[in-house]
Amino acid sequence: MTAGPPIDRDALHALADGQLDPAEAETLRAALADRPEARSVADYRRINAGLHALYDATLDQPIPDRLLRGPQAWWRHRRWARAASLAAAGLALVIVGAAGGWYARDSMVRVRQEQTAMVRPAAVAHRVYVAEVRHPVEVTADQEHLVRWLSNRLKKQIKAPVLESAGFRLMGGRLLPGETGQAAQFMYENLQGRRLTLYIRNDVRGARETAFRFGQDEGGVNVFYWIEGPMGYAITGQMAREELLPIAKLVYEQLEG
Amino acid sequence: MADDELRQLVIDQIPHLRRYAMALVGDRDRADDLVQDCLERGWSRLKLWRRDGNIRAWLFTIMHNLNANAVRQAKRRPRHDPIDETAVLPATLPNQEQRLELSLLAQGIAALPVEQRAVVLLVGLEQMRYEEVAGILELPIGTVMSRLHRGRERLRRTLAGEAPPALRRIK
Repeated sequence: MTAGPPIDRDALHALADGQLDPAEAETLRAALADRPEARSVADYRRINAGLHALYDATLDQPIPDRLLRGPQAWWRHRRWARAASLAAAGLALVIVGAAGGWYARDSMVRVRQEQTAMVRPAAVAHRVYVAEVRHPVEVTADQEHLVRWLSNRLKKQIKAPVLESAGFRLMGGRLLPGETGQAAQFMYENLQGRRLTLYIRNDVRGARETAFRFGQDEGGVNVFYWIEGPMGYAITGQMAREELLPIAKLVYEQLEG
Repeated sequence: MADDELRQLVIDQIPHLRRYAMALVGDRDRADDLVQDCLERGWSRLKLWRRDGNIRAWLFTIMHNLNANAVRQAKRRPRHDPIDETAVLPATLPNQEQRLELSLLAQGIAALPVEQRAVVLLVGLEQMRYEEVAGILELPIGTVMSRLHRGRERLRRTLAGEAPPALRRIK
């Protein structure tokens, strides 16, 4: 072993990793010939080889479906989004126009009643639970169990709409207190992590039946809702009305169709 | 670049993302959770990706940031999991000695601070150039080199039986 000028620490790693150009590598190998640092380089290489021995098997394993589901769903979503963007403008005008007509005929009192009965509770529940990272839902989307449970508690056969065609997947749901009865919330999420909720309550009072309507709470959460006897349904999202509308239509068709 | 080509570019990276994630978190299911989160984020932001950029570096950056978030959360609520060596060790190995060395290496990797572990794996396993690692981890190259050095020296001591991996990985 000879002592000599210290060898650059980074160069030892670069040699082990093959990140020196050939001339530099040659010079360094010669300089290392009888120096203790040569052992470091050999050990770094051994570590690299060991890492490959430990983990390379993963490269040859088939990719689990769940990792490929993303691209497929994303691809479907993109196709849907393109088609929808073409249709949306025309459709939105028709529906919002109709809702506008309703508001013009209706008294402000009635709008306020519906605000209290549906828009605000749906929006509050939405804001509270979509922000949850760990426990956004109480029961995850084992469809059958979830729907049976919430139907029992609301004493009304309900169902969870399927919104995959709009790119949203059911995450699960939870039971919430109503005013005198119960409410349920289903939560959906798309690939971008945006969340929608469907709020259903069984104790609407002080508001008459209504067709499909649009409302907005003070926090800027948009809500499409309808009331049918004691039952109220609200699809809620922090997204533009034009974006929420086709999804709300989908929900309405599935629940009322 | 056509959409289909772009899609294929991402899919080609999945085995590499899985291998790195497996080495990083040490548990198959959690590794695939991380890959899944990474891909979902990647797909949703694919439009933002500069098409002349390096898609591998971009995906690894997403994964790094996701894991950093997860580690920050875990630190708030510390959780210590036993290392599952059987999940890592290849079923067939030539001899007992090599088996022991790999077992020590797996434990040593798991015991490294996550900052060092990431650098050691990106360089040694993914064979990335130091500049690329610096870009992915958003660190100066000097920091990458010192983490690489400290990580590898610690692994050397572990392999030499000098420093048993006392530190359990915080997942």
